[in-house]
Amino acid sequence: MQAKGSVFKYGDNVDTDVIIPARYLNSSDPAELAIHCMEDIDKDFVNNVKKGDIIVADKNFGCGSSREHAPIAIKAAGVSCVIAETFARIFYRNAINIGLPIIECPEASKGIQAGDEVEVDFDSGMIYDRTRGTEYKGQAFPEFMQKIIRAGGLVNYINEKN
Amino acid sequence: MGMTMTQKILAAHAGLDHVEAGQLIEADLDLVLGNDITSPVAIHEMDKMKVNSVFDKEKIALVMDHFIPNKDIKSAEHCKCVREFACHHDITNYFDVGEMGIEHALLPEKGLTVAGDVIIGADSHTCTYGALGAFSTGIGSTDMAAGMVTGKAWFKVPAAIRFHITGKPKKWVSGKDVILHIIGMIGVDGALYKSMEFVGDGIRYLSMDDRFTIANMAIEAGGKNGIFPVDEQTEAYMKAHSRRPYRVYDADEDAVYDAEYTIDLSTLEPTIAFPHLPENTKTISEISGDVVIDQVVIGSCTNGRIDDLRTAAEILKGHKVKKGVRCIVIPATQGIYLQAMEEGLLKTFIEAGAVISTPTCGPCLGGYMGILAAGERCISTTNRNFVGRMGHVDSEVYLASPAVAAASAVTGRISAPEELGL
Repeated sequence: MQAKGSVFKYGDNVDTDVIIPARYLNSSDPAELAIHCMEDIDKDFVNNVKKGDIIVADKNFGCGSSREHAPIAIKAAGVSCVIAETFARIFYRNAINIGLPIIECPEASKGIQAGDEVEVDFDSGMIYDRTRGTEYKGQAFPEFMQKIIRAGGLVNYINEKN
Repeated sequence: MGMTMTQKILAAHAGLDHVEAGQLIEADLDLVLGNDITSPVAIHEMDKMKVNSVFDKEKIALVMDHFIPNKDIKSAEHCKCVREFACHHDITNYFDVGEMGIEHALLPEKGLTVAGDVIIGADSHTCTYGALGAFSTGIGSTDMAAGMVTGKAWFKVPAAIRFHITGKPKKWVSGKDVILHIIGMIGVDGALYKSMEFVGDGIRYLSMDDRFTIANMAIEAGGKNGIFPVDEQTEAYMKAHSRRPYRVYDADEDAVYDAEYTIDLSTLEPTIAFPHLPENTKTISEISGDVVIDQVVIGSCTNGRIDDLRTAAEILKGHKVKKGVRCIVIPATQGIYLQAMEEGLLKTFIEAGAVISTPTCGPCLGGYMGILAAGERCISTTNRNFVGRMGHVDSEVYLASPAVAAASAVTGRISAPEELGL
């Protein structure tokens, strides 16, 4: 499984309120949520994002509310992967559960810049910055989480077990 | 190697004698919680599962509290979806208009959360129940769906940070000031993935409502959960509210902590978090110049309990809300609302020129009932002050205790109660 796209870069503590403001939480439709993704931090994001693009951020990405609408909005906007120095724990769980690939990699989060063309190999955890010719080794998921990801999310994982 | 309070609770619920930080376990759940925003997504996920029955209709709580009474058609559709689900599965603890309250104030009040429980909730402030000596943590809607079906959830056993609470707080210093002080000290990711365990002889000076406030905001430091040991106050609270048996888990003496801090309550001052992160804290005396405000919100799962309303009323009694300032008071549950009415607190609020709302999360997350325009400032007893949290992206939220919020309502700028001669 691979991701390939250009990078949108953000800083520390990107919270779920800016990823998807609560004023849009009266909907749970992924396509509708995607229209407002990142609206309060980057108004141009939805106009510029292309299918497969990658978000790279610094520490504590996805902090705040437990709203699963946040990873849902990012995934529905076409983003193929989020790379960050660290993730807030509820966002981390939610992303895995809904099948949005995420990778913790402090070096990549520092080295990769906005607009870079980046490829990610989820099997190996390798991150390649094609613009800069650099590569990084992201943290691999524990085996338990790999099972959930391989199943395509928590619901499929539970269905397989039953 | 010894275990922390949290680790002991998780071990017991995973059927293990011992667990250690980093271990992945599957734990039995005592309660699965959802609200009107997160439950519809969970119900939709449950529809995709092969098994579409709940594990125990008594152990699921569905609380309509964010956008209710419904603020618009879409919110009404969400609540309808949850209402029909609750009816179909005969969910015992479904709380709708008339019975509902803000979930994290409501569930302890209804006796649904007790010491030793493992509780997950599709709301990040589910960590509140740690005040009772339970392990409780926020999860998303898919985890909620899985929890409702299987009665289990997977966890990575957290490492812990221990906070030794000593000393006696000064008048007007509350649980909110304690937790804002801690978040200011360790940062919004200072406890990322970890338990925050609060111990020490200063805890006896913190009321249960103070402890709920402190545990509630563990998430604002990135914590997986916040937890207090059980003492006489905790036992009295649980006996008054619950018929469920509880179990007390104390940390082992040789439990391991990643970090330890001592907080001397006698040295704390009223503390305010400036925009746009809960870690941007200043004590009241560190604020230079006037911070003029347009709105005051006293309420939420953090500070909408009876102690909070009593404190706010004590300050507002005989005073008027400053002309041009909107002061919104939101009792967190119907029970608290009634109690505030019987104690005459609501009369005090109305006479002061404040407005009183039905229980709702509304303004805290910029939903409704107090949205800010561009350039407006609000001092709020809520828990987050992110960009756009309470309305326009160019508005500002300052987080504070009910005492500071009430005093500020009178002066029209961020103020200590002492400014009113109190």
